Amino acid sequence: MENLAALTEEALKLVDSAEDLAALDKVRVEYLGKKGQISAQAKMLGKLSAEERPAAGAKINQAKQQVQERIEAVKTRLENAAIEAKLAEETIDVTLPGRARDAGGLHPVTRTLDRIAEIFAQVGYEVAEGPEIEDDQHNFEALNIPAHHPARAMHDTFYVENKHFQTSGGSYVLRTHTSPVQVRVMESSEPPIRIVCPGRVYRCDSDLTHTPMFHQIEGLVVDKNISFADLKGTVDQFLKAFFETDAPVRFRPSYFPFTEPSAEVDIGCTQCHGEGCRVCKHTGWIEIMGCGMVHPNVFKSSGIDPETYTGFAFGIGVERMAMLRYGVNDLRLFFENDLKFLQQF
Amino acid sequence: MKVSESWLREWINPDIDTQAIVDQLTMAGIEVDATEPVAGAFSGVVVGEIVSIEQHPDADKLRVCQVSGHPDGEHVQVVCGAPNARAGIKVPFATVGAQLPGDFKIKKAKLRGVESFGMLCAQTELEAGDDDDGLWELAVDAPTGTDLRDYLNLNDTVIEVDITPNRGDCLSVRGLARELGVINRHPVNAAAAETVTASIKDALPVALEAGDACSRYLGRVIRGVDVSAPSPLWLQEKLRRSGIRSIDAVVDVTNYVLLELGQPMHAFDLAKIDGGIHVRQAKAGEKLTLLDEQEVELAEGTLLIVDNSQPLAMAGIMGGLASSVTAQTTDLFLESAFFNPLAIAGRARSYGLHTDSSHRFERGVDYQLARDAIERATALLLEIVGGQAGPVIEQVNDQLPAPASVVLRRERIKSGLSIELSDNEVSDILTRLGFAVSGTVDGWKVAVPSWRFDVSIEADLLEELARIYGYNRLPTKVPTQSMTIQSHTESQVTLTSLRRHLVARRFQEVVTYSFIDPKLAAQFEPEIDPVALQNPISADMAVMRTSLLPGLVTALRYNLNRQQGRIRMFESGQKFVPGADGVAQTPTLAGLVYGPLADENWADSTQKVDFYDLKGDIESLVGVTGREAELAFAAGSHPALHPGQTAEVILGGKPIGVIGAIHPVLQGQLGLPDGVFVFELALNNLLEARVPAFNPLSRFPAVRRDLALVVDKTQPVNQLLQSITDSAGDYLSDLKVFDLYVGKGIDPHRKSVALGLTFQHPSRTLNDDEINGFIDSVVADVTQKYGATLR
Repeated sequence: MENLAALTEEALKLVDSAEDLAALDKVRVEYLGKKGQISAQAKMLGKLSAEERPAAGAKINQAKQQVQERIEAVKTRLENAAIEAKLAEETIDVTLPGRARDAGGLHPVTRTLDRIAEIFAQVGYEVAEGPEIEDDQHNFEALNIPAHHPARAMHDTFYVENKHFQTSGGSYVLRTHTSPVQVRVMESSEPPIRIVCPGRVYRCDSDLTHTPMFHQIEGLVVDKNISFADLKGTVDQFLKAFFETDAPVRFRPSYFPFTEPSAEVDIGCTQCHGEGCRVCKHTGWIEIMGCGMVHPNVFKSSGIDPETYTGFAFGIGVERMAMLRYGVNDLRLFFENDLKFLQQF
Repeated sequence: MKVSESWLREWINPDIDTQAIVDQLTMAGIEVDATEPVAGAFSGVVVGEIVSIEQHPDADKLRVCQVSGHPDGEHVQVVCGAPNARAGIKVPFATVGAQLPGDFKIKKAKLRGVESFGMLCAQTELEAGDDDDGLWELAVDAPTGTDLRDYLNLNDTVIEVDITPNRGDCLSVRGLARELGVINRHPVNAAAAETVTASIKDALPVALEAGDACSRYLGRVIRGVDVSAPSPLWLQEKLRRSGIRSIDAVVDVTNYVLLELGQPMHAFDLAKIDGGIHVRQAKAGEKLTLLDEQEVELAEGTLLIVDNSQPLAMAGIMGGLASSVTAQTTDLFLESAFFNPLAIAGRARSYGLHTDSSHRFERGVDYQLARDAIERATALLLEIVGGQAGPVIEQVNDQLPAPASVVLRRERIKSGLSIELSDNEVSDILTRLGFAVSGTVDGWKVAVPSWRFDVSIEADLLEELARIYGYNRLPTKVPTQSMTIQSHTESQVTLTSLRRHLVARRFQEVVTYSFIDPKLAAQFEPEIDPVALQNPISADMAVMRTSLLPGLVTALRYNLNRQQGRIRMFESGQKFVPGADGVAQTPTLAGLVYGPLADENWADSTQKVDFYDLKGDIESLVGVTGREAELAFAAGSHPALHPGQTAEVILGGKPIGVIGAIHPVLQGQLGLPDGVFVFELALNNLLEARVPAFNPLSRFPAVRRDLALVVDKTQPVNQLLQSITDSAGDYLSDLKVFDLYVGKGIDPHRKSVALGLTFQHPSRTLNDDEINGFIDSVVADVTQKYGATLR
């Protein structure tokens, strides 16, 4: 028994100096295993008297426990160190850029059109579309713009060769506005009608502030008892929602052959807030859209009774909205398709 | 149209400033485009007279003037270089201390040794006109010493208004004054409608031979005029401020009346008129040389003024050269007529003409105005060019417009504008606008004044009420509707969701023009004759696209030229394909990829995109519809695509488009790099979606067996897959191609296709014998059909 203390001391030393789990286990086997040196001490208990035996047994157990605890502690330390080492080794530079991180994007015109359509969809407007090569009837006649009407001069119209069309004598044009879609919807459906009609339109004009193709979105509401007040409220709320601003909105009498009364809508300049700047040409106001009450002649040519129904329509220039919303200063950028421009949206 | 504020104020002078006038007009629907001062900012400039003049001793081009008009009363010496400087003329004289436009201060100076006390000015130096030819010569009777601004009334503003086509009645000072009068409840000082009594009896016979095209024609002979007499300064100045150059007194007077009253007029040289005046439509083949010296062949139906032998003028549009007033003219025939808008509309444009006269007639000129106008013009002419006036000759037929009568219902004001105007307000507004109003049971009967061609229905009157009441005072609300739940289909996807999917797969959307270069169109699809524009904006935008691919390739080139090395773009829009049933305007989705698969990064970024990357994009896109099982690809062809790398895309058994590499020949022609892949799909079919239907899950283990089949290199793999699906039995739950190998160890004409077959039974575990049996029948089948061998 006298060397128990020495054995314990020896075992603890070896435990402390173990450098890995294998060495540690070797120490455990050597001292605490069935044939281990400390375990072997128990065999000597038989030589002791019954009185001495319990105390000596307790001592042996104590020694075993002491060594075992030390082994556990060192094992935990070694395991932690091993994990630490593995973690350290596996550490990566998280600041390196990710792979395939480039994003695609929508064209700003689409983005703007979607936003406008979503705003109107919230209150039940549906999207309607129509052909871009239109017949004279839908682009002009049905919209109360007879041939030679001075208002035709307001539209620099592209005419297409009609050899490919099964023409009944009428001419074909690239639609100059999205209003023909109104007519097509009214021809084919019954009120109530609530639609927005987005799309490409064409005018034979190209300079700093005009491109021969651009986008409009047209709105149309037809129902009983629709009044000019409904138009004003709708346009006002829409503009405030689109620009996320409380800017003032004003209505000016204007003229479109297909609406009566007609109005031009101005919004308080979103750049200078009415102080006057280059964007608003120092007027504090920006002309933003045209609108009006559907002209009875348009109803008649679309098969809707103007005595029963009234309605309003509005037309919005999409590029202009996008320019104001995102601060784009050159219309032509929209169709150059420079990725450096498009990727900003 | 431009008009000066001072002229307007001669007609109506309410106690409001310029800005208030501008605002009032704008809010009444007469948009003011611009206002600008009639002259630059200057002070200290007086009317000076060159009393004497002598050559500068040391400079050829300079002369030394003695000028009167200085406030001190002394003659002052001014050195001047203008070629027209001469004794006796009156000119603007900027005295020492004067301030000229551009912050330019006049000081005492020495020019080549001679002292100069001030400066004599040209129009441009005062920003008071465009005349840059030397000194501005003022009228001989200009009062020397008067401040120039006072003398010429230069503290004035030009107001430029943009009149919408419906408001032809506002294309005159009188018309604008009338509007301002209504808005301000202020009287309008109509120029005294003086009647000039005839002092001679000369007249010309006038015959109306064009029905309603010309229902009123007034004429007047004026003899013994002196056309060389210049227009007075006030007249020239008014014209100048309206943007019209002074020509001669006769033209100036007709222009003046046009601007003041809105009545276009014409003056003929009486001596050139043979016999009398006829108003009739042109006959085929007739010709006329116009004032602008171009000879036009007249289209049948063009309204003409002719004499007994030949056409004199294109009525309401432009006079003829032969009968025009010249320096030799001594006798005039003055015309003031009503030409029906429908007779003029579109005519001028068809001859490529646009005149102040046609602009007004096609919008409608007051049909009761002709007499006032001819009297006004006669009075002015007699004052300026002298002469003796004959009696006014007037021809009117029974087709003169009658005042339109419009019914206005009280209830419609309320329902249309959401306001309740009192009866008094309604009749007040309309009466002020010149309408004659009489009450009816449920509203009014309204007679439209002769100058308002834009009012013919009730809605027009609502607009008038709203306009004068004030658009912005009208109430505001929004439509109400019942919260009815609408039908909502699940078997459609939106274009928006397809676009977003492509964006998520790192495509950038572009928008290209719908019209393209015909040469490019032919390079892509030579067999299609595209729809051409009659009036393209340029030769490279002359035909409607029959495919979106040329536009995408153009956008590719644009960006390649701007150092972009990796491009993934798509576009959606209509294409226009002529066919037997007319032109199909098909909504289309197309895309293009080029360059490295991934954007440049620190790891591997060298792999280029290829056909299968783009094919994967399409397969994934079709996944949005849930119909990927219906998607198939078959070797296809397209004139713009590589014949060995093109597939027809088939969805639900219908071809919906094409995918492939740009054809090497086209690639060369367009100077494109290698490795450009494109797709183009018809959208309509792609928008149909499958509504998911649940399949019970098997709780039993799946077993996978891999096969490597060696087949001919040209053997399409999808045939193999189809055969395997057919021959593997009911429990094949998945089939994958996980490797493709050609090369060492394999016949160079053959390829090895590695396939993973997964089997699963819905209600029990499959045993090895069963699976071996499936595999055996698969192998036997492909061996027999395709000569496949196991590797």
